[in-house]
Amino acid sequence: MSARVQTWMWMAQRASAALLAVTITVHLITLIYAVRGGLSAAEIIARLQGNVAWLCFYVIFIGAAAVHAPIGVRTILLESTPLSPRVADALCGVLLITILVAGLRAVFGLYGFSG
Amino acid sequence: MKSLTQPSNQHSGYWAFVVHRVSGLLLALFLPAHFWALSLAIRGEAALDGFLRWTENPLVKLAETLLVLLLAAHLSGGLRLLIIEFLPWSERQKALLAAAGGVAFGAGLLFLFNVA
Amino acid sequence: MDRETTLRVSVWRGTDTGRFVDYEVPRRESQTVLDVITYIQRRLDASLAYRFACRVGMCGSCAMTVNGVPRWTCRTHVAKVERNDTLQIGPLRNLSVIKDLAVDMGEFFDKMQRAGATFEPADKGRADFAVVGPESPPRRLVDAAIECIGCGVCYSACEVVAWNRDYLGPAALNRAWSLVNDVRAGGNPARLRAVAGDAGCHSCHSHQSCRQWCPKNLNPTASISGLKRAVTRAAIKGTL
Repeated sequence: MSARVQTWMWMAQRASAALLAVTITVHLITLIYAVRGGLSAAEIIARLQGNVAWLCFYVIFIGAAAVHAPIGVRTILLESTPLSPRVADALCGVLLITILVAGLRAVFGLYGFSG
Repeated sequence: MKSLTQPSNQHSGYWAFVVHRVSGLLLALFLPAHFWALSLAIRGEAALDGFLRWTENPLVKLAETLLVLLLAAHLSGGLRLLIIEFLPWSERQKALLAAAGGVAFGAGLLFLFNVA
Repeated sequence: MDRETTLRVSVWRGTDTGRFVDYEVPRRESQTVLDVITYIQRRLDASLAYRFACRVGMCGSCAMTVNGVPRWTCRTHVAKVERNDTLQIGPLRNLSVIKDLAVDMGEFFDKMQRAGATFEPADKGRADFAVVGPESPPRRLVDAAIECIGCGVCYSACEVVAWNRDYLGPAALNRAWSLVNDVRAGGNPARLRAVAGDAGCHSCHSHQSCRQWCPKNLNPTASISGLKRAVTRAAIKGTL
């Protein structure tokens, strides 16, 4: 991996961090608001079902997380474990795909929920 | 493995890094579990409700509070880093760190009050 | 009043492998750690290897690890660092040990070269002096970083240097930053490429251990942040 590619990875991590700062804040506030009086499945579904705005929000959120977390974990693997850069890169690719697939599946599942 | 503490890193800048790294790692591990819980919704509302009832357990509530604290800590630490890296250097470093810690703690408390 | 008059000093003997050996050194007023080492070598054990030169805090040759912290031993008063009249003195961390307290600074200076931290004039055929106003913004940035004497204390304190063998380190990157802002210096697009990536500025996590222990109160973290911004701009412009 060239220094140029590593630079773009670092930039992607910082950019996704800025994006996550916004989305996490919205998510946390929503969470704190929703937890009042107990959290139920009905409430979660009612908020997301058929709602395009929330769908877009969460797709962006998950995309940013899928970029941010693996790059961060890669640094930890390279600095704290004896794993080679190749293995670290591969593991992080797996994490990226996991977050993307699991996250989008969950969000689209809630969006298109039909009982 | 990295040596977490030695005499030369007993200062706030390093501790801020450790909090940021540990919280980030724990959050990265939590994400799949979080998505799994939500995917239960796909299997029907009853399955998710069953899970949400489980989350009323006080031990689980404690874990959730911990997670919100982790989130707030990682977010605040991250904002501090973005400021260090992208805004020209200033001496407000320690004040920023303190503010970051305060925000993190505050968010956690808020969650605790709503959850308890 | 009842002052302990003897210091128990543990000194690293050997190379990268070895052990700490204890010596007893009489305490003196205003004694520095370098005074202690000198006493041991002259009076107790002539086989002890160590470096010093100016002994007045100008050259940086006497840098060692004192009670786990990298310091200039000539400028470290025993009274400030002793614990229960004991001291532990070892070679600088993150560099291989030649003998006892003397380390191989080769890797440190190699990284300076790799970071493009050497000056070459942009305008080689120049007959006149370059005029760089002291209040000009680039000059002010250079001034903040230029006083480094390459002593290795920051390199020794940096945790990332310990975790990442390729990491260029705070001193090399700090010097490169001063050259990025030196309007007389040539080689600048290439210099940004040299300091980018996992081996360069992007591996700094802003611990600021370098800043914490720099005997000249420099702030390599700030310089490295500047490099991050400069590299980002170059990457976006496509000149990286």
